[in-house]
Order: sequence, then C-alpha cells, then structure tokens
Amino acid sequence: MAILVNEQTRVLVQGITGFQGEFHARRMLEFGTKVVAGVTPGKGGAEVAGVPVFDTVAEAVLQNGATSSCIFVPALLAKDAALEAIASRLDPVVIITEHIPVLDSIEIVSAAQAAGVRVIGPNGPGVASPGRCKIGIMPNDLFKEGPVGLVSRSGTLTYEIVAGLTRAGIGQSTALGLGGDPVVGVSFQEAVRMFAEDPQTEVIVLVGEIGGAAEEEAARFIGESVRKPVVGYIAGRTAPPGKRMGHAGAVISGSEGTAEAKTAALQAAGVTVAELPGRVAGLVQQVL
Amino acid sequence: MKLHEYQAKEIFAKYGIPIQRGVVVDAPDQIDGLGLAYPLVLKAQVLTGGRGKAGGIKLARTPGEARERATAILGMEIKGERVGRLLAAEAVEIGAEYYLALTVDRAARRLACIGSAAGGVDIEEVARTSPDKIDKLHVDPWAGFHPYQARQMGRRLGLAGKSLLQFASIATSLARICVEMDAELAEINPLAVVVGGPSPEAVGSLMAVDAKLVIDDNAVDRHKGLPRNGELTELEAEAKSHDLSYVELDGDVAIIGNGAGLVMSTLDMVAHFGGRPANFLDVGGGATTENMRQAMGIVLRKPGVRVLFVNIFGGITRCDDIARGIAAEPPPLPMVIRLTGTNEEEGRVILHGAGIQAMADPEEAAREAVRLAG
Repeated sequence: MAILVNEQTRVLVQGITGFQGEFHARRMLEFGTKVVAGVTPGKGGAEVAGVPVFDTVAEAVLQNGATSSCIFVPALLAKDAALEAIASRLDPVVIITEHIPVLDSIEIVSAAQAAGVRVIGPNGPGVASPGRCKIGIMPNDLFKEGPVGLVSRSGTLTYEIVAGLTRAGIGQSTALGLGGDPVVGVSFQEAVRMFAEDPQTEVIVLVGEIGGAAEEEAARFIGESVRKPVVGYIAGRTAPPGKRMGHAGAVISGSEGTAEAKTAALQAAGVTVAELPGRVAGLVQQVL
Repeated sequence: MKLHEYQAKEIFAKYGIPIQRGVVVDAPDQIDGLGLAYPLVLKAQVLTGGRGKAGGIKLARTPGEARERATAILGMEIKGERVGRLLAAEAVEIGAEYYLALTVDRAARRLACIGSAAGGVDIEEVARTSPDKIDKLHVDPWAGFHPYQARQMGRRLGLAGKSLLQFASIATSLARICVEMDAELAEINPLAVVVGGPSPEAVGSLMAVDAKLVIDDNAVDRHKGLPRNGELTELEAEAKSHDLSYVELDGDVAIIGNGAGLVMSTLDMVAHFGGRPANFLDVGGGATTENMRQAMGIVLRKPGVRVLFVNIFGGITRCDDIARGIAAEPPPLPMVIRLTGTNEEEGRVILHGAGIQAMADPEEAAREAVRLAG
C-alpha cells in the first residue's frame, strides 16, 4: 500500500531542463518512478532523458496524464510553479527548492488546502515508497520494501536512519521528508495519521528537530489515536537558542522548540525516543 | 535579517504609523542643534535585545546631559555588540501600553496578528503567565487583513473612540508592511497612549514608542533599498558568502557535515560521548571539493579547536569530492572522517592516499573525536 506515492503515481518534473531537475529526473526514472512529463515555460517540445517537455502544467496533464509534481524551480519563481501545479489538482506537489520566502510558502500551503491537494516541502528531500515510486532527491540504493513508515524534517538524517533500518534487514513502506522550513505543507501529524491508516505500515518512525511545535502536535495525536508503535528521534539537543541550525525552521525561539520539550511530549504519548540516530533501528526491531 | 529600531521606524513613518520625532547620530557632538525639544530619550541602536537593562537607553534633560550620556552610550558594548549609533528622540509621557505585532504562526501556517493590553513588558512572559491577556487572529493570505478585524481586536483589548480607530489604522499598516516587505516579525512594544510631551496635539493618541522589524532572509533580494545588517560573527558571515551554514559554539571539536539534521545529530553525538562541539558547519546538498576546503578553512580558524570531525552521508554530495577537499590540504591537527554513501569507496581510496583513515560508523567516529580532544 504505502502512503502518498505508489505504482499509479505519474510524475511531472517542473524545472526539468535545469541541472538539478534533469539529474534527479534521471535518478527517479532509474528508481522505477513513472516520470511522464517535464515543464519548463518556453521550452515546450524539447525532450530530457526521454521525457517530453511542455510549456505549461495543464498541457502536461492533458497530454501525458501527470498526477503529481516535483518542483526544482529557483526560490523566487517556485510559488508560481507550485500554484500552477495546485491549479491542475496534482497531488502530491513535492517542492525540493530551498530558500523560498515564508510568505510565499504560506500562500502555497493555503492554496493547496483550498484545492484539497497535499504539498510536501518546501526544502525537503521528497518521498519514496520502495519498489513503487520515488519523488525527489533521496539516494536510490538506500531502501528496502517493508513495514516501517518514516517521517522526518531532514534529508541526510532520513538517509542515515533508513540506511540503518535497511542494514538491519528492516524495510520501509514509505519514507517522507517534510522539509526544513518554518512553514511546510504536510505536517508530522498528517503523516502519522496516513501511516496509522496504511495497512503496510506496522511501525512508525518520527524524526524531528528543534524549532516550532509540530512534533508536540503530532505527539498529542499519537497519544490520543495511534495504536501502532512509534519510535522517535529528535536532533538538536546541543543547539543554542536563537541560532538557525542550517534549516530556516530549526531555531529555538524563547522557550519554544527545544529538543527536551519535544522528547518529553513524545515520551508522554508512549513513543520510544532514541538517544542517537544509530539506535533507531534497534528500537524498531524490538517492537516489530 | 533584523532591522535597527531607527530603520524600522523610518519604514513605519512611511506607512503612517505615528512615531516620536527623532534623529540618528553616531558622534556625541552631533547632539547639538538637532532642533528637537528636550527632554530627549537616547537609545542605543543595536540588534541584540535587552539594551535597556544594559544601560543603553537614557533620558537627557539638557544639551549638556545629552552630550555626556551620548558619549557614554556610543562605544558601549551590549552583549558583545558595539554601539555605533544612537537614536535621539523627543521624550513623551506615556499612559497605557499596548502590544501589537504581526508574525508568522508556524503551527497555523498563516500570519498572525497578536495584540495585548499588557504591553511594555516581555510578551513571552505575559503569554506564559497570563495567556488570557493575549489576543490573536490569523490572516488569510488571499483575503488579506482588514480594518474591521483590527477594530474587533481593539474592542477585545478595551479600546474605544478615537483610540480604537487609530489602533485599526496602525494594525492595518503593520500588516501591509509585513506583506509588502516580507517581514517575519513586525512588532510595536509598547504601542503607547501619549499623555504628555512636546506636541499637545499628540496627547491622547497612540504612538509606536519602539519598533522591531525582522525581514525574511530568503526575501531580502527582492527588496531594493533595504539596509544590509550583519548580526553574524566574522566566520558566520564568511560562511554565508560561500553558501555554507555555520554557527559558532564554545567547545573544541570542530564539526562539518552535510544536511542540517545530520550535523545537528553529529553535535548531539559528540556531546553524548562527553565532548564539546566548537561549531556547526553544514556544507549543504551537492557540496563540491572547493566547498569542503572553504568549510575546513572556516571551522579551523575558531580559536581553541583541537579536533576536526567530518560526518558525511553521501546522497547528492559525493564522498570522493569531499575526500579530495580534505586530502588537498590536510589540516595540521587530529581528524576523524566518517564517510558513507555515494562514491564512498573512491573517497576512502583518496583519503588513504593522503594517509587518512575514514570510518563508516558515526557513533564510533564521534567517540574517537571525543577521545582525541582529550
């Protein structure tokens, strides 16, 4: 089953003629993703990696049946690209681009809510359902199909933990990176709810970090309505307040957003929280 | 990017938000002949908070006092930041103090307008101790913010008559500033009722006595004419110019990694095994050999560093590129390199050629880095 993306997903790559767009379109094809179209305004009629390029999302949907989008468009142009994908009801819309102004992200997320589609990111690695479909930039060879649903705010930390699971012989249903910005589309809570409802997923792994209160919100939801075991990890215990730790959203402001508060909230909801990322796989093994 | 109070107030004034008459000076003798009415309030212009407690705000009743106090403030250091400028403004007597701000509400994924009748104090403290004194409304990005919403909030804060209308006008302007300038925070604390001062016509009206404006770093480039304020240390600024993300800490293990979450967890691992991180450097996705050399140049210049710990999980970033950056100019201090992922084997071979042994397990590597730091 998996969540968000599967064998039926037909992916459109916005910004496919750029360096990153082309590179990752090729990797997605190698993964087995059905990349059916690209869009770069003004370059309609071209072809990249055997994928036809259109000028508009509407044409790509009409002619090649795209159902979801992956956006590699420069930061100040990304809002327009995302709104175009949302207007065509693509779902999910995965935004890889970093450095999108937060007010643009607010407009994107709000438009997506109104249209009833899900935005993943911005500033994330995307989503992968092993053996089925990958949208985004996660390395292809990390995964193994299986029972663990993983959701994280970070890219490389996701890879680290997925690699640890795979090494331990534990596969994944879907791995999802929410993005490191203060305002993102799909939240921890929504991701956890999807995993809770997904028959393939038996254990949920939640990888959080300092900043905001999305982990606490998810913890409340887990405590109230999730019966599947959840294993957590929170990065940034040693981060000083007021400093942005690499991600725009990873900042402790005042007393909000500390690793201690997040860890405590998760533990209160019955989540086993790993002290180090390398210990997640072992904890998952114990509850499988 | 934080703006100074005087920079924020210039913008406020353009949008019709009432502020005191004032002038910015950077030398004590400029205080003479400003044409301002005494008493004056002299306020240090620094980006860090807590300047009042640090003695950076002083009242001056005479030109003599103004010169003397300006001399004291200019050149002061407040939390390590030297005071280069002060704002000299006509002092007003104030009565009730309100709080008004527009800010990004991460959980709601909207802009929020926050108001309180308990202004003039630390608003986080008010939110903690008496949350019922905080009023909040969300701004629909498509519908926008309208005066009626501000009037409703003003009523909830107990405002009436002329003050209510003025509050609505100020809140609407603040929301426009926020959207038009890409501010992640636009704050007036206190928004005060003037009860006396140099201009009798101002008595009874609201005035922005302080001003805070934080522009979204990701949006600075689309606003021409904005000042460029550096609140970064020298090394942080250099890292930023190379698109590297760097934060200074106070330990002795220098840390480089790729990806914010991974580097944060690397810091945590070092601390877990009893070490003290000296800094945080995220080379980002797709880092090149050159990025790696720049990164080492930055983290190792921090005084007191005894060990370099590099933790790379290759994805778009290739381990061989990173290894070339290290091998080109191996730094003269103990190193622990953990490499895994894309082109891991090539990376190992390059490092081996330079006499450097790469490790694969991050916890083992962290333990070794802590051991070497002694």
